[in-house]
Amino acid sequence: MGDLAWIFFSAMVVNNFTLALFLGLCPFMGVSGRIETALRMGLANIFVLTLTSLSVWVLNRFVLETAPYLRLIAFIVVIASLVQIVEMVIKKVSPTLFRQLGIFLPLITTNCAILALAIFTTARGYGLVEGLVFAVGAGFGLALALVLMASIRVNMDLADVPGVARGLALVLVIAGSLSLAFMGFAGLLSSSG
Amino acid sequence: MRLDAATETPHCGMAGHGAGRPRRATTATEDMLRGVWRENPVLVQTLGLCPMLAVTNSVANAMVMSVATFFVLVCSSLLVAGVKGFIPREVRISSFILIIATFVTVADMSLEALVPDIHKALGAFVPLIVVNCIILGRQEAFASKHTVGRAGLDAIGMGAGFTVAMLMMGAVRELLGSGSFLGWNVFGPSFEPWVIMILPPGGFLTLAFIHLTLTWLHQRRARRTARAALGEVAEVAVAGRAV
Repeated sequence: MGDLAWIFFSAMVVNNFTLALFLGLCPFMGVSGRIETALRMGLANIFVLTLTSLSVWVLNRFVLETAPYLRLIAFIVVIASLVQIVEMVIKKVSPTLFRQLGIFLPLITTNCAILALAIFTTARGYGLVEGLVFAVGAGFGLALALVLMASIRVNMDLADVPGVARGLALVLVIAGSLSLAFMGFAGLLSSSG
Repeated sequence: MRLDAATETPHCGMAGHGAGRPRRATTATEDMLRGVWRENPVLVQTLGLCPMLAVTNSVANAMVMSVATFFVLVCSSLLVAGVKGFIPREVRISSFILIIATFVTVADMSLEALVPDIHKALGAFVPLIVVNCIILGRQEAFASKHTVGRAGLDAIGMGAGFTVAMLMMGAVRELLGSGSFLGWNVFGPSFEPWVIMILPPGGFLTLAFIHLTLTWLHQRRARRTARAALGEVAEVAVAGRAV
């Protein structure tokens, strides 16, 4: 149990995918303009990450042992098709949910956080449960970073920012400060043992 | 992934500059040179930010990463341009991704054999070249619509632009963060390294400052052009009154 909690918090705050490992920066910069959108993107991320973790486990366990050099190709193809299937299923079963996740589902497949999760899970040799906990932790981490970023940006809309810093530069400075704050969590793991 | 829709929506970074703009015909030299600076994929189009921030903590890492990306970009562009007639429109993106993933696997294994230390330091970011939007973006926007030669030139230009941006970041971060350049000590023993620069926040802040500088230069040029135009108008007015 202690191990699982460790994996969860490590993926969520200490090695936050966005702020410490620079993964999934595209949605972080692109859809963090409004809190509600950011929240939905975060939820869609958690969902896809969990699915990815499952399929990676299946692939690693049953398929790729004989052909490790096909790993990358297999991951990207499986993730892409999986998300497309899930999208079609959700569209059929629950149109409301489909409208809420909307365009975010197809967008996150090309997000590097998803492929990175598959690679990390393989490299660290996580089993099914560990992989799932890792995926959910990473997903919550992404959602947390997105929502924090969106809340700050909503407030910055009212601030008087010099013209030269509007746009991407401002987002990057905020991201830098957030990343700095998240570095404080690094002590969390070493002190708890 | 709804493979055809994913490219129609500008999603990576804040990209999409000029996506729908009709382009005039370009010459071969323009195809190659515009990627290096004027349409630099990282600094102007803000694509491929993840490797840009993650592996630029030293010049050596940035250089190896650039070489790998350059190789994948050029090879996939050549192949995509070569086989574009055989790929049905509906599955083009999946085919591009497969082609890219193949070359990334080649690059990954070569790096592991040639520079094992740096390969280890780059970690997951070599396989992650697959999802670098610069590469897929160039296949979709250029290679799949032009001849092999043009696609190769465009890929070389964009690859060079990516390398320029990576080395800019890598040089700033290594100089300030470790006081060295390619491992050579530059500032001498009395220099206290700004450790923050080689840590994650340093990546965000360095890129922010590069963007600030570029925007400032851009705005200054725009102001000067506007002032010059205004001056001409005033002169004409004065001349008109004199007559």
